[in-house]
Amino acid sequence: MANINIKLKVWRQKDSQSKGQFEAYEVKQISTESSFLEMMDVLNEQLINDGNQPISFDHDCREGICGMCGLYINGRAHGPDLDVTTCQLHMRKFKDNDSITIEPWRAGGFPVIKDLMVDRSAFDKILQAGGFISVNTGGVPDANAIPISKDDAEEAMDAASCIGCGACVATCKNSSAMLFVSAKVSQLALLPQGRIEASRRAKNMLSAMDDLGFGNCTNTGACEVECPKGISVAHIARLNREFLVANLKD
Amino acid sequence: MSGFFKSSVGQKFLMSITGLFLIVFLLVHFTANFFLFFGSDAFNTVSHFMETNPIIQIMQPILAIGFLVHIIYSIILTIQNLKARPQKYVKFEQGHSSTWASRNMFILGSLIGIFLIMHIMNFFWKMKVSGSDLYTEVNVDGVMMHNSYALVTGLFTDASFGLVYSIAYILGAIFLGLHLSHAFWSAFQTIGWSNQVWRKRLEWIGNAYAIIIGVGFSIIPLYFLIFK
Ligand code: SF4
Ligand code: FES
Repeated sequence: MANINIKLKVWRQKDSQSKGQFEAYEVKQISTESSFLEMMDVLNEQLINDGNQPISFDHDCREGICGMCGLYINGRAHGPDLDVTTCQLHMRKFKDNDSITIEPWRAGGFPVIKDLMVDRSAFDKILQAGGFISVNTGGVPDANAIPISKDDAEEAMDAASCIGCGACVATCKNSSAMLFVSAKVSQLALLPQGRIEASRRAKNMLSAMDDLGFGNCTNTGACEVECPKGISVAHIARLNREFLVANLKD
Repeated sequence: MSGFFKSSVGQKFLMSITGLFLIVFLLVHFTANFFLFFGSDAFNTVSHFMETNPIIQIMQPILAIGFLVHIIYSIILTIQNLKARPQKYVKFEQGHSSTWASRNMFILGSLIGIFLIMHIMNFFWKMKVSGSDLYTEVNVDGVMMHNSYALVTGLFTDASFGLVYSIAYILGAIFLGLHLSHAFWSAFQTIGWSNQVWRKRLEWIGNAYAIIIGVGFSIIPLYFLIFK
């Protein structure tokens, strides 16, 4: 276990209307065992003790499952580690005297609320447009009543592991939300229960995505590399297919 | 379907379809050019076939439309993409997560566009409109045809500008190869013809195709520069 000193350049912005600017901070003797967000907590305590405003950032579970956390660290969504969220990033990924630049997710669809906190309700709107299935109420159905192949079940489960963090949008040079939308379409499109509304779903979710100001995917593939859940761009191909077929049907 | 072409995926679909069409065209173009290595009669015969074949004549305006749609939608989509991030990052690392070509398709496309204008002025314009001293009639096995060979090789071996043209054509071929290295798989991905398995195959074919076109088109000016 070692302790390191780091220099930070953090984006500070009073509210959604203000312009915002970078502030420099130093954190001394931080344990490499601590998580990135624990380091931020230490910095915030320091700020509060000095009578300053603490830095606002989103977080909740701190175990990589809720999708609330998300910082753009040294030019990368969720920082310099693969397949982890910001809360799972550890200070051992940094060296003594490193300089770390922290920015909020930057995308027209994710306006900054305060400091490093962005408004990701655009994702909720996309889900409301079609990321659901309709089921009849009544008794609990038999688990084996509808046969589903193992492969389809696995792939749907992989898609369902998307936690809606927004790293795909943040890291995309076009601020495209295609990886997120494709995961949410795939998890349902692969299963018989999701087929009933499949056409409507693909069209409505994509049109919501377009209206909310996200960019157009150019298939660079950066999203799947930075996605903490390793969602594959193969889901984007499926989404395109679903959308094309849905349009051919009318 | 009307809503389709207003959507982002629909517009990208147009980019892909026209792109795939241009990919096929490039293959035909390259095959024809390949006959340059077999001397003047061979190349002139192929050019004569291209000039007179009705299918090629029908394809010409369609090709022009294909280029235009590809270019126009690339501009529309690129402007939207620039607007989608009003405030830029100060640090933005992409080197580990995507290829340079995939991130610079519009720049590569624009460079190819500039090359295309020069290319049309060098050949298509001279063949169809203005004519050229080199573009005379020759007799090949009793058939009168244009001396396309002289026009093409004359450009690369020109005493004053041959070197400049050759370099421009080699650069054009390199830009084209880079553009294609991303274009091929990307086009299939956008029309939905890809998955975990096919992605690797399509990327492999796309890279092979990009190398054939990039290297193939570079060799032509290089060959005439060095050996003629
Ligand atoms: S696809 Fe990945 S990066 Fe995008 S929101 Fe889901 S978990 Fe986050
Ligand atoms: S705080 Fe829940 S995923 Fe990071």
